[in-house]
Amino acid sequence: MIHHRALVVPLLTLAAVSCGPRGSTSEITVIRLWAFGREGEEVQQLIPEFERQHPGIRVRVQQIPWIAAHEKLLTAYVGDATPDLAQIGNTWIPEFAALGALEPLDDWVNRSEVVDSADFFGGIWSTNTVGDTTFGVPWYVDTRVIFYRKDVLARAGYREMPKTWTGWRRAMEAVQRELGPGRYAIFLPTNEWAQPYVLGMQAGSTLLDSAGRRGVFSDSAFRRAFDFYVGLFRSGLAPTVGNVEIANVYQEFARGRFAMWITGPWNLGEFRKRLPPELQDDWATAPLPAPEGDSAGVSLAGGASLAMFRASRHKEAAWRLVEFLSSRPRQEKFFHLTGDLPSRIDAWQRTGLSEDPKARAFWIQLHRVQPIPKVPEVELIATRVFESAEQVIRGRRPTGQALEALDRDVDRILEKRRWILDRQARP
Amino acid sequence: MTARAPSSAEQGGAAWLFLAPALVLIGGFFFLPVAASLLLSFTDFDIYAIADPANVRLLGLRNYSELLASPMFWIALRNTLYFAVVGGPLTVAVSLGAALLVNARLVRFKSFFRTLYFAPFVTTLVAVAIVWRYLYHPEYGLLNYALGMVGIEPVDWLGDPRWAMPAIILLAVWKNFGYHMLIFVAGLQAIPEELYEAAYLDGAGPWRRFVHVTLPMLGPTLVFVALITMIGFFQLFAEPYVMTQGGPLRSTTSLVLLMYEEGFRWWRMGYAAAVAFVLFLVILGAMLLGRRVRRGEVA
Repeated sequence: MIHHRALVVPLLTLAAVSCGPRGSTSEITVIRLWAFGREGEEVQQLIPEFERQHPGIRVRVQQIPWIAAHEKLLTAYVGDATPDLAQIGNTWIPEFAALGALEPLDDWVNRSEVVDSADFFGGIWSTNTVGDTTFGVPWYVDTRVIFYRKDVLARAGYREMPKTWTGWRRAMEAVQRELGPGRYAIFLPTNEWAQPYVLGMQAGSTLLDSAGRRGVFSDSAFRRAFDFYVGLFRSGLAPTVGNVEIANVYQEFARGRFAMWITGPWNLGEFRKRLPPELQDDWATAPLPAPEGDSAGVSLAGGASLAMFRASRHKEAAWRLVEFLSSRPRQEKFFHLTGDLPSRIDAWQRTGLSEDPKARAFWIQLHRVQPIPKVPEVELIATRVFESAEQVIRGRRPTGQALEALDRDVDRILEKRRWILDRQARP
Repeated sequence: MTARAPSSAEQGGAAWLFLAPALVLIGGFFFLPVAASLLLSFTDFDIYAIADPANVRLLGLRNYSELLASPMFWIALRNTLYFAVVGGPLTVAVSLGAALLVNARLVRFKSFFRTLYFAPFVTTLVAVAIVWRYLYHPEYGLLNYALGMVGIEPVDWLGDPRWAMPAIILLAVWKNFGYHMLIFVAGLQAIPEELYEAAYLDGAGPWRRFVHVTLPMLGPTLVFVALITMIGFFQLFAEPYVMTQGGPLRSTTSLVLLMYEEGFRWWRMGYAAAVAFVLFLVILGAMLLGRRVRRGEVA
């Protein structure tokens, strides 16, 4: 056995050396970056420039489909095979931070001349911190605004989207009268969690208590948002359907089956591509209305960040790549490649995005975004929230009962978290 | 050299040797994981446990009691039973009917029809589900169009909690009957022609020939098909996963879908393992019940 291995090792080394870049063997550092879906495809176009600037570093990009991303990252962590860097959905950060998989970035950021938190949207940056520790640098951003049919609203007597809930609701009623039966003022998929969460945060609910130990869904703030949300369905302003039951949303929007839709920035590109040319002047975007007052209501702080893994053996080189991808010119280029909204404020100004009539709603909204509670269970809780809303919408349960049951359910989900927090608190 | 009969000990040794590769594989990739997940189901293994094994607590039967107390479990169990009890016999009936049709003497192009009916079974479910989602579309769907021709109001197939499960059952029956049809065709062809001739001479019409010759002769095939259909149908997963994601109002969430969500979406592995073992007990119970019913028939 022993002499077999003795033979194999030099052979393997030989193979490894011959596969590497010609001429150099020792001073090349290879870093691995995992990126998802379209981002994983397009980021490869930025890499040659980075490698020219850093002759000692080679980057291996691995593209992973979005639907497999979360699972792949977790299994990589369990199997001790995490990459040096990964794109990571910013709602996942608390979870991976709880795992201890991520490298705290504060020291790196403090020493950096490129990455400065002041250059990024504040609400987005804060999704990357857990406690006082920063675990990611925003790569591109995502939030929700209203996409709407200008022509339909104009026929109903509205030249622009109202700024308060009351005005918004009146506009929806007017649009509904204009559209008639079988059509709806707004499309709110009943199986999406963003809308009830966002409305709750707008009404001032924190969703969970400050330590993230229990749900506070039956308090008056969330109740107010819940009533508003459920009321839209119960008064027939929104159809009671989930997003899998609508075969082609763009077709339905073009046909005027609904006039408003709360959705994200990827649809800027999709609307341009999929709606017929004669409709291109008839759609617009608006920041979300607020319960009251003149400024936009808060919306979701979403998007993806670049995070470094604790197990990485090339942190210095990996950080260089983070800096490179977060710099303004690359943010601009990445926007042109993918259509993803840049996380840097100056990249918005340089690309003219902040003045673009259709993207402007996002520009305004991104200054008013708020992270959802930073606990690993947040997405599970989110599904429970839209499920209880659906029960009330379909008349299976009265609101008060549904919200109390929701709180009980959430408390059960957070039981493990409370146990761990208590154990950590003990000396 | 004279041949000597191997002793039984030698035979036993040789048998183990030949069995070893299969046993090692089955043991390593089947029994070991099953035992591990049984252990898992007594713990609260989750995302925190992945971070630090010290975060695992031994819960005893708490996962099971929590599961039995959760309304979601009962909804999933009810949906699964609904699917299996309605969809299973329907599949058996449809595949038997189709087998009789393609096996009938009058039918031409037998192999063409056999292939045609078998095609859904070998088509990827995801592709099929996407096409069926269009068929089920409340406004432009072919199905509602056809119903409209005979004056039936359009049905929101996948959007209405009452209709989503029937819609899934219809798809599953269509998708699966071809395979069982082939088994039935094989069974039918094994029935000796003389029996039909004898029955015919005794004056039995087509129906009585079916009841007194075909059905009894198909008995073992029927039992086999019913068994594998039921086992398969209790494991409903892909259809609702692709078509409805368990909605609307959880009306299409099956036990396996629940297990998948708990395990691989929320990483509550211990709880998901408990779901798996409860499903095992449910299937076992159904099979035992089936056996008793069959024995009762024989007696």
